[in-house]
Amino acid sequence: MITKRIIPCLDVRDGRVVKGVNFKDLADVDSPVALASYYSDAGADELVFYDITASAEGRRIFTDILAEAARRVFIPLTVGGGVSSLSDFERVLRCGADKVSVNSGAIKDPSLIGEAAKRYGDQCVVISADVKRVNGEFRVFARGGRDDTGLEAVEWIKRCVGNGAGEVVLNSMDTDGVKGGFDLPMLRTVCDAVSVPVIASGGAGKVEDFVTLFREVPGVDAGLAASVFHFGEIKIPDLKAALAAEGIPVRIGEK
Amino acid sequence: MVTIIDYGVGNLFSLESSFAFIGEDATVTSDPDAVRSAERLILPGVGAFGDAAEKLRSSGMFEAVLDAAEAGIPLLGICLGMQLLFEKSFEYGEHGGLGLIKGSVRPMRGYIPDSEKIPQIGWNSLALTERGGECPIFEDIKNGDFVYFVHSFYGSDCGGALAASVDCGGVPVTAAVWGGGSVFGTQFHPEKSGDVGLRILKSFSKVPKGGPVL
Repeated sequence: MITKRIIPCLDVRDGRVVKGVNFKDLADVDSPVALASYYSDAGADELVFYDITASAEGRRIFTDILAEAARRVFIPLTVGGGVSSLSDFERVLRCGADKVSVNSGAIKDPSLIGEAAKRYGDQCVVISADVKRVNGEFRVFARGGRDDTGLEAVEWIKRCVGNGAGEVVLNSMDTDGVKGGFDLPMLRTVCDAVSVPVIASGGAGKVEDFVTLFREVPGVDAGLAASVFHFGEIKIPDLKAALAAEGIPVRIGEK
Repeated sequence: MVTIIDYGVGNLFSLESSFAFIGEDATVTSDPDAVRSAERLILPGVGAFGDAAEKLRSSGMFEAVLDAAEAGIPLLGICLGMQLLFEKSFEYGEHGGLGLIKGSVRPMRGYIPDSEKIPQIGWNSLALTERGGECPIFEDIKNGDFVYFVHSFYGSDCGGALAASVDCGGVPVTAAVWGGGSVFGTQFHPEKSGDVGLRILKSFSKVPKGGPVL
């Protein structure tokens, strides 16, 4: 059967990997290409490269780094960050990305997902949503979690999937950076609403958080995290072994 | 030398990179005559079957691939490229394929249990058939090895050409086909399947020119 995926996320700025704690206080970690290669060898099932650069120069550095990683790492690569047009899709797909995740770009231009899905296929288009509880409802935030869009998250995600998004990354801002575990109620709600794969993001602090995630919300297909992997707090082989021991299907057997 | 067929469908960067990584020369071509004179061929593809089949025809590649297969040039179809090897597809209508592998391409929805996600995205473990056990591109592969899939349709009724399948919610889904000659297909992406995938590409780049296709 299809295994649950473990996905390290590399936030890249000016050619380096960074990770925000609650999106602030960014701290340098390592070289994106070296880290990507290291994770692939360790058994990561997929990698996300998130471009948090604002400048055109930074964009160029990012695509160079992406291409370098794609020449050395042969697992799926998803790229996100600053994707707001079909030419952004083209730019990263040419450099070896397999999937492109859209966040604020889809909020600004709701036709983007449909057009991209038509041109590159549903499997290529990932809707990534930063979601936070506001007045008892799940609200979508834009621009790296800075702007409340007023959009209700489940409706928004369903609409994006209806337009052709083939996968969902659900990042709970309520649990992100806190390392107290994934946002199980939020994930359950979204998994019940869509039939495409859902990737959980935000809140991983220890191995048991992933075990709890896959056991409590079987509809979740993958767990994504950044700093716990970058700082070595969770080693991917240990994580996979722990999941397998709990009877959760994972890919084991690479070096 | 491996020739990757460019007919305007899909992303060839990773395929080229993976051959470079394993030290095999690879070239990308959109010239049908280069396909006819190739040493071995990769037919890639993502997206919709009907659209891709139309592009194969309009680019002159459809006939070129058939000629190459007829001449025994080893051919590996990947993902949609594998599906194009089949006789026909029922993806949004009915479309003719290359007919190099018997059978048709059908939606997974309705075939695998409703509880399974579609598209199927992720790693699954191969169950090799007897045919698969003899298949030259799997010479360094063992039962249970994991490979990476992204698809919503599957190759159906390929009979003896079934080389490997995967389990999707208790139902076997075609993962690879081999007619027994020089035509191979993988539903999964060897260029995205880590070391296992690279070993498959390495084995394919050693397959000698063969005899009849079916």
